[in-house]
Amino acid sequence: MEEVPHDCPGADSAQAGRVASCQGCPNQLLCASGAGAAPDPAIEEIKEKMKTVKHKILVLSGKGGVGKSTFSAHLAHGLAEDENTQIALLDIDICGPSIPKIMGLEGEQYVEDNLGVMSVGFLLSSPDDAVIWRGPKKNGMIKQFLRDVDWGEVDYLIVDTPPGTSDEHLSVVQYLAAAHIDGAVIITTPQEVALQDVRKEISFCRKVKLPIIGVVENMSGFICPKCKKESQIFPPTTGGAEVMCQELKLPLLGRVPLDPHIGKSCDKGQSFMSEAPDSPATLAYRSIIQKIQEFCSLHQSKEENLLSS
Amino acid sequence: MTAHSPTWGSPDTLVGSTPASSGPTPRGMQGQHGKYSAECGNLAGVRHIILILSGKGGVGKSTISTELALALRHAGKKVGILDVDLCGPSIPRMLQVQGRAVHQCDSGWVPVFVDQEQSIALMSVGFLLEKPDEAVVWRGPKKNALIKQFVSDVAWGELDYLVVDTPPGTSDEHIATLEALRPYKPLGALVVTTPQAVSVGDVRRELTFCRKTGLQVMGVVENMSSFVCPHCAECTNVFSRGGGEELARHAGVPFLGSVPLDPELTRSLEEGRDFIQEFPKSPAFPALISITQKILDRALAQLS
Repeated sequence: MEEVPHDCPGADSAQAGRVASCQGCPNQLLCASGAGAAPDPAIEEIKEKMKTVKHKILVLSGKGGVGKSTFSAHLAHGLAEDENTQIALLDIDICGPSIPKIMGLEGEQYVEDNLGVMSVGFLLSSPDDAVIWRGPKKNGMIKQFLRDVDWGEVDYLIVDTPPGTSDEHLSVVQYLAAAHIDGAVIITTPQEVALQDVRKEISFCRKVKLPIIGVVENMSGFICPKCKKESQIFPPTTGGAEVMCQELKLPLLGRVPLDPHIGKSCDKGQSFMSEAPDSPATLAYRSIIQKIQEFCSLHQSKEENLLSS
Repeated sequence: MTAHSPTWGSPDTLVGSTPASSGPTPRGMQGQHGKYSAECGNLAGVRHIILILSGKGGVGKSTISTELALALRHAGKKVGILDVDLCGPSIPRMLQVQGRAVHQCDSGWVPVFVDQEQSIALMSVGFLLEKPDEAVVWRGPKKNALIKQFVSDVAWGELDYLVVDTPPGTSDEHIATLEALRPYKPLGALVVTTPQAVSVGDVRRELTFCRKTGLQVMGVVENMSSFVCPHCAECTNVFSRGGGEELARHAGVPFLGSVPLDPELTRSLEEGRDFIQEFPKSPAFPALISITQKILDRALAQLS
C-alpha cells in the first residue's frame, strides 16, 4: 500500500498508537491497546459463512444519487432471470436504504424464489424512522448482516453501498477480506462534478486492493419522449466516463441512458427490464450484466486454477 | 481503527502552515481547537447559519449551496460556505477555486475567497488534499475531529450568512456539525430532495433527524423537477414531479420551491461560472431567486 501516509503506522502495526504522529489522533488509545493488531474474529466467521456464496460484487460510487441502488436492483433482477441462479442483494446504506422501495418490498424479503434481499430498511418500524448512527454502530450492523443472516447457497451476492469512502466501505471490504470479493462495479454520471468523486472511489479501491470489474455511466443522455432527440442533462464536459476510464485504464462496461421510466419503475418497485424489455436502457443493462457475469466466471476459473496448482 | 488516512503532514509541521502540501495533523487539530473555541471567536462575526441537508445523495445539495451563496452575494450579502462533505467535496470545483491553498493567520485558517471583493469565502477539505483524486478514507472519529476544527478554526471574519453544505445521510458528519454549531444557534436547515419517491423516502428520514436534534427546518427545496427539451420545448418530468411539495405538506414544513433541470445550470457548475450573474433568462433562475428571497425574509423576521 504505497499510498498509505508515511507517518500513520497503521492500526495493525506494533507501533500503533505509540509514534509521534499518533498524538491527538482520536483512535490513539484504541490503537495503543493493541485491539487493532488482533484481527476481528468475525472475519473468520464471515469467511466460513461465505463459503456457500460463489460471487461477491460491490456496487460503489463516490457520488450520491448516480444510481447505485437502481443499478444494484437491476443487476439482481437481471441475474435472477435464470431460475437456477440464486441471488442475494445486501443493502449496506444504513442511513438511506433505498433497496426495499426499489425492489417493491414492504416487509417481505424475497422478490422471487431465487432473489433474497437484506436491508436496514426492513428493521425500521416507520418510513420516517431515521438511523442516526455514528460509524461504529453502522459497522456493527454490517458485521451482523454478513455473519448472522442465513444466506444459504448463493451464486451472486450483490452489495449496494452508500456514497463515499468511509466506515461502511472500509468495513465491508475488511469483513469480506478473507472471503474474497470478485470485484467492484463503479457507477457514475457523465458530468465532471460526479467524476471527481468517482476518481476518489477508484483511489479507495486501489488503496484497499479491491479489484474493479468496470465502470457504468448512468443517466448518459436523455431522449425527449416527444421529439426523440437526445439532450445531455448532465453534460460530459470532460469527456464523461469514457475519458476517465482511458486515463485510469479501466473497462467501461456500458452507458445507461436517462429514461424517466426507470425512475418510475423504481418508485413502483418493479423491474424496468421486464416493464420495457426492448428499450435502449434495458439493452444497455443486459450487455453490462453479461460483462459482469463473464468477469466473475473468469475470476472463478482463476481461483480454481490456483487451488488445483 | 482508522485504517488509511490521506497524507497527514509530518508531525513537525505546523497545522495549516502549508495546507496544500501537508494537510492537517491530528496533533494540530486538538491544539487549535482548544485555543480558539475558548474565545468563541471565529464565528462571532457570523450573523446567520444555514445548513443544507438531504438524506439522499446527488439531489443537488452542493448545487443549492453554491447558487444560494451566489444569489445572496447578488443581494449584497457577504457569504461563507463551509463544505463538510469530507469524502466528496464538490464546492471548490463549482466555484472554480479547486487547487487553491488555505493559509494560516493568527486567528486560524484563512478561507479561500472566490472573488476579489472577498464576498464569498469557502472552506473545504478539497483544499487540504495533495492530489485532487486522493480519497479521504476516514472513519467517523477522524471526520468528527476535522469538522470540529472547521467550525472553530476558520477565520471567517464578518459574514451575513454561513451556508453549511453536508454529505448525504444522518451520521457522523451531521451529528458532529450540529453539535459544534449548536452554541451559535443556526437559523435552520434547507432540506433538498428530488421529486421521485425513492428520494423523498430518504429525505423523510432527514426531517426526522432535524426534529430529533431540534434543528428548525426552514423549508424543502425540490430540485431537478422538470426538464424542458431544448429541441422541441416539451416539458418532461425526468424524475417525476411534486414529491417535494407533498413531502413538505406531509411534514408540516414550508415548501420553498422547485428548481427545474437546467443544462445551463449544470454547465455553469461544471465550469465554475456565476449562473446568477450570467443566465438570468434561464428556467432555473427565477426559482433560485425566489428561494433566496424566502430565506432573506426569514432571516429578517428572526431579527425583528
